[in-house]
Order: sequence, then structure tokens, then C-alpha cells
Amino acid sequence: MSELKGIYALWYRETKVFLRERSRVISSIINPLLWLLIIGGGLGAAVSFGDIPYQTFIYPGVLIQTALFSSVFFGVYIVWDKKIDFMKEVLVAPMRRTSVFVGKIFGGATDTLLQILILFVIGFAFIAIGILPGLHLTVVSILVSLAFLLVTTVGLVSIGLIIGSQMESPEGFQLIISFLIFPMFFLSGSLFPINNLPKWLAPFIYVNPVTYAVDGLRCVLLGSVFSKFNPFIDFGVVCLFAVIMILIGTYAFKKMKL
Amino acid sequence: MNIIETKNLTKKFEKMTAVDNLNLEIKEGEIFGLLGPNGAGKTTTLLMLVTLKPPTSGTATINGFDIVKQPDKVRKSIGIVFQDPSSDEILTGYENLKLHGWLYDMPDTLREERIKEVLNLVDLTDRKDDRVKKYSGGMRRRLELARGLMHHPKVLFLDEPTLGLDPQSREHIWKYIENLAKEKNMTIIITTHYMDEADKLCDRLAIIDHGKIVVLGSPKELKKDLGGDIIRLKAESLDLDVLKKLSYVKNITQCDGEVCLTLEDANMHLQEILKVVGKIDSVEIRSPTLDDVFLHYTGRAIREDSPEGSWADKAMNASTRE
Repeated sequence: MSELKGIYALWYRETKVFLRERSRVISSIINPLLWLLIIGGGLGAAVSFGDIPYQTFIYPGVLIQTALFSSVFFGVYIVWDKKIDFMKEVLVAPMRRTSVFVGKIFGGATDTLLQILILFVIGFAFIAIGILPGLHLTVVSILVSLAFLLVTTVGLVSIGLIIGSQMESPEGFQLIISFLIFPMFFLSGSLFPINNLPKWLAPFIYVNPVTYAVDGLRCVLLGSVFSKFNPFIDFGVVCLFAVIMILIGTYAFKKMKL
Repeated sequence: MNIIETKNLTKKFEKMTAVDNLNLEIKEGEIFGLLGPNGAGKTTTLLMLVTLKPPTSGTATINGFDIVKQPDKVRKSIGIVFQDPSSDEILTGYENLKLHGWLYDMPDTLREERIKEVLNLVDLTDRKDDRVKKYSGGMRRRLELARGLMHHPKVLFLDEPTLGLDPQSREHIWKYIENLAKEKNMTIIITTHYMDEADKLCDRLAIIDHGKIVVLGSPKELKKDLGGDIIRLKAESLDLDVLKKLSYVKNITQCDGEVCLTLEDANMHLQEILKVVGKIDSVEIRSPTLDDVFLHYTGRAIREDSPEGSWADKAMNASTRE
């Protein structure tokens, strides 16, 4: 009981802060829109993917990109919490460190999923004005997508928290994160199909857990012709990824120095 | 009964010993001060006592619980106000307190009751729905004090409670701390490098330097032990040997080109002293302060500056969170 209340407290704080910092909410929506409209529109004028325009093709990738950037970046807030003494205030409370970690995950996942929901709304609006033909947005497809995104987000937030818990400066965190985030994004196949990859590139893409999240979302939102793996395999891989990250994160939080 | 006992409490970092075999006994209901310059080991001692840093060796008990073996029970017995800002400034004062209530698993009705009580105590009821960002440094400190009290801890730790605050806010905070000790019979442990703060607040204090207790006692005793008044002489050259021959001069220390003499009844002997030392630039007579106590036992003056930057600086930096 007491642990649940503590987890709730941390979730409440992260969510309140996120909603109050409007700049965070706004920038989190502008970014994916730029990808969708400019990269999607620009490249889309040159390449075609059979039945659907390139813009529609990268929509699932842009959802994942938002989840990736916002989740991993969430770890920076723990560095800030450590920089002032907020983290000490939490750690000195009579609750387990694992619960602190779980509360932070819920907070980060909520932030990210709120952004994703806004992107779904934008998706509907675009469909209505004819920008994203071929995108299947239904109650079922959104719910299944959210399941995929939730699990992926939990794993990604854990990565951010693991790195954040070991770092002392926000600058250092940002540096490490950019070395991690961009390869994970470019090697996920968010921007291109992964069916006919060059031999040297394929292994990098297959070891990236984000690849499976993108592939799963493509199956759900565009149709199974656009995905490479069975969606159940995709889901299994992201679940495994999330579980491993949670385990590492729990350990990292226990070892966290102040 | 001793509410806190430390037994050979030690913390070593790679090259230095921050806390060296500390043995302390603190009684229930007293305001106890850990006084010393920056880097003396005060905050490290505190972080070990509140279970945030494990000791290298030795241990301590708080409220009968061992800090190493029963950290959960220790945590339930204590409240702490940290040196750096520890409230979330995007949340309101009230929300920060509510968060604390949840973290300490307080029942809802009790939590709301206590929030009212502590807000009232630190005069923040009117501002409870403002975001902490809009608080002044002193208000923020008071909020954190209120939060540390909310769960009625047996022992309250205050780490440099007035660091970086203006004189008026300091007086304010002192008043609250004194009231608390009186009304709630709470044991309060304060670390500070402000001598005046320790002198005003503490029933007893330990002067710490290089991780060891230099001397321990009530401020009054410590000052009395120095033996009477202090005469401070400034001159280009002073003949110390002549001064040493005077039987009533108990102690002679030198600092910054000045000489301090300790003696009883300074007024009576001043005439004679001035006669024997010859030409001097200035002279000052006063009763001893804790500064003199520190100087007497360590041979150094306590630094009043803070190399880590003041609390207010950190609060400013922390607000650039983006």
C-alpha cells in the first residue's frame, strides 16, 4: 500500500510538471510535424511506395521517433533532480528504490503517451483533409498501437533513467544520449522499408529493438504488406526489451550515488 | 535517553577521511549543532545518519534503530531539510507538501490536517497555491522546513538551514526552529558554519574539523572555558615574550597580524598591558564568541565564505531546468 502511494506521488509530480511546462508539450508536437510534412512531403515527391505515399509510410516511424526522443530524454530530469536536492528528498522517504524507479517510469511513459495521443488526433485531421491516404486509424488499430507504444516507451524511458541515474551533469547526459538516440532512430527503419537492405546494414537494424516497434506499428496502421515480421514476434521482442531494461534500471537505481 | 548515538562512525573517500571515528550522544529534545568550516565532514555525517550514504565503518542508532541494519525504520523516525533546494518549483507549495504526505504514506485526512498545521506554523498559508518558483529564498526554505516537520519526526535534521539567506530571513527561520523545539519537544540536529547561528540556537554543539570532534559542550560553557575576556591588539611589531610573562594572561594566539590575549577582567589589566607592549595601532576588548573558541582549538579562523556557492545561487541555477 505504502509503495503504491509513493509510486502515485512520483507519477503525479512528473505529469503535473509536464502539463505545466507548455514549451515541452508544444515542442514535442512541432518536431514530428516537421518530419511528417517536410521530410515526408519533400522525399515523398521523389519516391513512391506502391499504393501509399511516403508521408503515410513514415507516419508509424514518426510516432516511434517521438516516443524514442521524448522517452530517453526524460532521463535528463533525474539529473536535474539530483543537481538540486529533490532526489535526496525522495530517496530519504521510507519507500523502496525500486518503487522510485517504477514511479519515474510511469511518469515518463505518461508524458510520452500524451504526445502520441496528440499525434493520433493530428493523424485524423490529416486524413480528413486528404494528406495521409492509406493510413488505417480505427479504435482497434489505435488501441493495438498504444499497446506497442506503451511497452516500447517503458523500455526507452528505462534507458533514459539508467543513464540519468549514473550521470552528474545534464550536458554529459545530452552528449551520451545523442550518441545513442540517433543511431537507434536511423537504424530502426523508421524512414525506409527494411525488406531489401544491404548485407552490411541488415544486422545493425535487426539488433535494434526499435526496429520491431516500427515494424509492428506498420502492420497495424498500414497493413501487413508493409511489415517484415509477424506482429506477434514484434510484440514479443519489444516486451523482452522492456523487461531487460526494467531489470537493469532497478539495479542502476539501487546503485545510484548522490 | 539518547535519541542518537554514533559509534566510531567513519566515512572514507578514496584519498581522505571525511568523518573519522565519530562518537556522539545526543539527548532527546535538545537542539544539537555540528559546527565547522566547509569540508569538515558535517554534511557527510548527516547523510550517513539519514541513511543516504553508507558508513565505511562504525554505525549509529537513531530512535533505537540502527542506520545500517534498519534504514527503513530510521527513515520513518526522521525529517530532513537539505542544504540545496529540494522542492519542485513548478508545483505549488501545497502540492509539494501533498507529495511529501504520499511519500510518507500518511492517511488522507491526517495529511490535510498536517498540511494546514505546518503551513500555519511557517506563515505560508496565504501563498500555498502559488508555484514555488514565485517564492523568495526564505519562503522556499520555510516551505522545506514545513515539509520536514509534516510527518512529526522524532528527529529533525537541518543542513545549513540559513545558508545564503538574508539576515531578516535568517532571524525568521531561527524563530521557527526555536519554537519547534519548545512546542513539539523535537530533537533537532543542525549543521552550520555560521557561529552566530550555532550560538543562538544550540543547547549543545560539537565543533568539527577534519572529520573529528574538536570540542563539545554548550555554547556558554565553551566560551567560558576560554577564560574571560579577549583583548585584540594590532601593531607593526609586538613583543610576545613580554606578554607571556604576565601571569594573568591565559592564552596568546596570533592571527592575521593581530594578537589575541585571553584573560579575566580585561578592563582591570588593560592599562598595564598597553604599557608593556609599547606602540600599537588599535586595541579592542570583547567577550569571547564561538569564533574565538574555534580559533582557540584549531588555530585557524573559520571561513565564512562558501566555495560551493550559496544556497540561493543553487536555487537560481536550478530554475534553468530547460
